[in-house]
Amino acid sequence: MTRTYGPQHAIEFREVTLAFGDRVILDNVSFEVGRGESKIVMGGSGTGKSTILRLALGLIKPDAGQIFIDGEEITDHNEEQLMRVRQKIGMVFQEGALFDSMTVYENVAYRLREQKVPESEVEPTVRQMLRFVDLEHAIFQLPNELSGGMRRRVGIARALVGSPKIVLFDEPTAGLDPITARTICELALKLRDLENVASIFVTHRLQDIEVLSSEYVTRNEQGDVEFHKENDEVCLVNTRFIMLKDGQIIFSGSDEQLNEAPDPYIRRFLQRRG
Amino acid sequence: MNLLYNTIYQLQEITLLTWRALRSLFRPPMYWSEMLKQMDVLGFGSLAIILLTGTFTGGVLALNSANTLQRFGFTNQTGELVATSLIRELGPVLTCLMLAGRVGSGIAAELGSMIVSEQIDAMRALGTDPVKKLVIPRIIALLLMAPALTVICDLMGILGGLFVAVSQIFQATSVYMASAQRAMTGNEIIGGLLKPVVFGFIIAIVGCYMGLSTKGGTVGVGRATTRSVVVSSILVIFVDFLITKLLIATILGYD
Repeated sequence: MTRTYGPQHAIEFREVTLAFGDRVILDNVSFEVGRGESKIVMGGSGTGKSTILRLALGLIKPDAGQIFIDGEEITDHNEEQLMRVRQKIGMVFQEGALFDSMTVYENVAYRLREQKVPESEVEPTVRQMLRFVDLEHAIFQLPNELSGGMRRRVGIARALVGSPKIVLFDEPTAGLDPITARTICELALKLRDLENVASIFVTHRLQDIEVLSSEYVTRNEQGDVEFHKENDEVCLVNTRFIMLKDGQIIFSGSDEQLNEAPDPYIRRFLQRRG
Repeated sequence: MNLLYNTIYQLQEITLLTWRALRSLFRPPMYWSEMLKQMDVLGFGSLAIILLTGTFTGGVLALNSANTLQRFGFTNQTGELVATSLIRELGPVLTCLMLAGRVGSGIAAELGSMIVSEQIDAMRALGTDPVKKLVIPRIIALLLMAPALTVICDLMGILGGLFVAVSQIFQATSVYMASAQRAMTGNEIIGGLLKPVVFGFIIAIVGCYMGLSTKGGTVGVGRATTRSVVVSSILVIFVDFLITKLLIATILGYD
């Protein structure tokens, strides 16, 4: 199989290896995420799923291999150069990782204030982002007054400030009730289908996988958002899967291929369904 | 062997953090409001314990030294003894030990919880250098506040000594104050202010390093906090010895 590299990919990992001491976290991992594409990264706990996101952000450096963001190699970037690259990326952390000394407003406004954007422009953007995650009413609350689901939605709003074309989700639905988890998946769908955002979505919940691989979003003539299910006429091509096991990619492809994959680990993983 | 390796490793990491902090000290952006906030939290917040520490230390010093001086008929020197002990040694060391306990632990716990809850990663992801935003304001705050609090501690100690001298050994205020004034030479004061500047830096950098190197969840935060207090207290006492030696060799030598 030939592999094409270049700026057509939003994110690209080329033979990335990372070990902490004797423990190999990622072993020669290569994949790419196209523009506007969602890559769902699955795997058991401790298989290096979150590590991939930290590598993509440049928070940690690989021991070997190359990482490209928007066609630019970031492997050897220093912190200052990384700051520039990180402006293209929004990251949603597992528990939200909100700054607990700041209100929801200040959390969402954080990036803009750091960039010295005048306050008159900050407020409308913050309100717009909070409206997107349906939390405008919580604008002056502190993170510890919010529920787990609300905190993650604020985390999403904060990540989306500045309209990044790449968004990384680190198990955004873990430990949430099914309805809130679905709300978060719907936000990811809206980003993928309406905003053309490339994303890596780390999860091990089969319900998320189901929603992200079989539903899509359109906007009707009134400008309202409509959710549809994949059927015989429409097949989603902008969502693809990676399965990690012991630091290696054991599967890469579409949901149809995933369901037919013969690997016993994948079969066991998928049988937890229901 | 492991202990030696760990000590050297930590020393290296603290030096690196110091180097990173110094290098980005004057590079924009500067977080002035954060600095002011830290001065308020770390400095002004510690005022009460420093007032109490100073007053009682001065009082105890006066009690003990008057008792001894009485045997030689030198009770009128009580003020000088109290003031010299405070300005040279007890003011800076006690103030900074209190700061290591109250402030150093607080810094380590705060930064440690931020690491554990991924807030530091979030900060970096949002384009902020945590060294600039978190470490430098704390260093600057302690560099300025530790000497300021030491002066207050010294002053309260001298007043505490005065209270004891007047009420317990029935000395005239003027005798005590005149004696105390003799201790306050320029060189003594310079020496007494140099120490807390160095100690303040140690407390800030150790607290920040321990916090930022937290590993292993909430248990790790507890460990980082304890370690921060232990390491910075020991360093304060050890460095105090070195500085005293240096001061005696230079400006405070015996005539």
